[in-house]
Amino acid sequence: MAMRKGQALTGLLFILPAVIFLGVFLVYPTIWTIFLSFNEGRGLKFSNWVGLENFVNLFTNDPKFLDLSSFPPSGAVFNNVLWVIFNTLFCVGFGLMIAALADRVKYERIVKAIVFLPMAIAATAVAIIWLFVYSPNPDIGLLNAILTFFNPNFEPVAWTGRADTVNGALIVANIWTQTGFAMVVLSAALKGIPNEIIEASRVDGAKEFQIFRHITLPMLSLALSVVTVTLIINVLKVFDIIYIMTAGGPGSASRVLAYTMYAETFQGGKGGYGSAVAVVLLILVIPIMALNIRRFRTEGVTK
Amino acid sequence: MTTPLTPITAPPPQVQATSSTLAGRRDKTISWLFRRGGLHLALVIICLIWLVPTVGLFITSLRPRPDIASTGWWTTISAPRLNFDNYADVLGSKGMSGGFINSLMIAIPSTILPVLIGALAAFSFAWVRFPFRDTLFLVVVGLMVVPIQMTFVPVLTILNGLSLNQSYVGIWLAHTAFGLPFAIFLLRNFFVLLPGELIEAAYLDGASVLGIFFKIIMPLSVPALASLTIFQFLGVWNDLLMSLIFIQDPNARPLTAKVSTLLSTYGTEWHLLSAGAFLIMIVPLIVFFSLQRYFVAGMLGGAVKS
Repeated sequence: MAMRKGQALTGLLFILPAVIFLGVFLVYPTIWTIFLSFNEGRGLKFSNWVGLENFVNLFTNDPKFLDLSSFPPSGAVFNNVLWVIFNTLFCVGFGLMIAALADRVKYERIVKAIVFLPMAIAATAVAIIWLFVYSPNPDIGLLNAILTFFNPNFEPVAWTGRADTVNGALIVANIWTQTGFAMVVLSAALKGIPNEIIEASRVDGAKEFQIFRHITLPMLSLALSVVTVTLIINVLKVFDIIYIMTAGGPGSASRVLAYTMYAETFQGGKGGYGSAVAVVLLILVIPIMALNIRRFRTEGVTK
Repeated sequence: MTTPLTPITAPPPQVQATSSTLAGRRDKTISWLFRRGGLHLALVIICLIWLVPTVGLFITSLRPRPDIASTGWWTTISAPRLNFDNYADVLGSKGMSGGFINSLMIAIPSTILPVLIGALAAFSFAWVRFPFRDTLFLVVVGLMVVPIQMTFVPVLTILNGLSLNQSYVGIWLAHTAFGLPFAIFLLRNFFVLLPGELIEAAYLDGASVLGIFFKIIMPLSVPALASLTIFQFLGVWNDLLMSLIFIQDPNARPLTAKVSTLLSTYGTEWHLLSAGAFLIMIVPLIVFFSLQRYFVAGMLGGAVKS
């Protein structure tokens, strides 16, 4: 680009506000929090240095964070694993299924708008919607009403009030929210597959399932990986829906990492301990960060 | 799936002849039911699963309190007794109208600032050469996934130090900073695809960088800017976590935080909660139905073209 010196300087000035914002409110705080995680951090301020004690306590001494002493295991880490596996699996599965089904009908746009709608609304509202569905009173909660309708002997369940159902109930609500995201991305990718290829294999006598398995799926692989990575990043940080629906309860049965960070730091006043949880979250997303950066490098930053 | 028949798959003429008879037509209907009926049924069930929970809460928000406690919302279809009293209640005595104003006061600057600052930076990343440009851009890409939890305590301390924790300014700054990496990423990827000759020519004509930015880049990028604006606006409007941490004055809190307080103060008072939840949803629903195209495009831009 032919450019005069003054123009390059103005251009440089253009990134200055962004650099200042990112530096002051993202980079500097990240370093600060890493240091704080090695400190007691009482009252959210630096006090006594404790080395790795916060991390050691988190993983060996805090059943609310990780409890491997019984089966199935419990604690925030284990819950987050459940979230990552089931939320991602079902969002991608349902998203792909709905995208493929809707592709075959004229009212595709309506179906997609309906499924996508929850993506636009606040997790707070989604939480209220599902708290209502799960209400233990069968005259209020739809789920218990349906189950009682089909089986009059059914004993209504407090889905979000029991340790053995609470995580499933929360994850279902979140799957309902995020399936629309997977569906939209996968649907766009599905439409990008040239029709001739599918037609040609049909003419060659391929069965619908074979076409799906050997042509559609491989051609969707990029979109599938992007959706999966995005869903994993989002679900690692899940907070709002849990805060509203259960506040991490009953007891601490539905805590996850992001909730633990909030509770320890801002309700317990343990700045160092909470920061250690945040650092664990950071460590978990670093592989994804590296993946993003590498993908961007290979695709050419400079066009 | 009406695909043109290829010569190979075209049915022999006599098959067509039989299918025009009455029995043939019935066979056709049955086979349609098997082939297409299942598909339509599945899609109807899917739509119901995704609609019914929201519709149920909406109907509840219009029902009188004693009705909600005694019968399910699904029974109202036969004898509807609906009014807007619950909305009047939450907006008036429960202070939600203030929450609505707060949500707007928080969301509008928290959208304009990152879009504008992000656009300026994205332009430089796309069209201005400077040392370490690509490295710096990779840092921005990396910052996109940093959990905001990493910043809470320090940013809160900084805002307290600047006495910004009682006003909206603190949360404007925080939302701007956290929205910037994605904004820069999305816009830069759009800007690099703009025709280089146009920008080159403007440079040679001696146009200023600012002139190129406002007269060439911005007008050509309306779709990307619209997508980003909607995305950021909805993200901020729907946020709960950051408002809990960065706004200490309960009177300055947005709708999401106020509904959360409603739940902890009144418990499961569904006439209040349902109306509160729909107040949060009104603005996103309007945005969604009027600008769905841009919203989806923004998401695809962030997810697929990365």
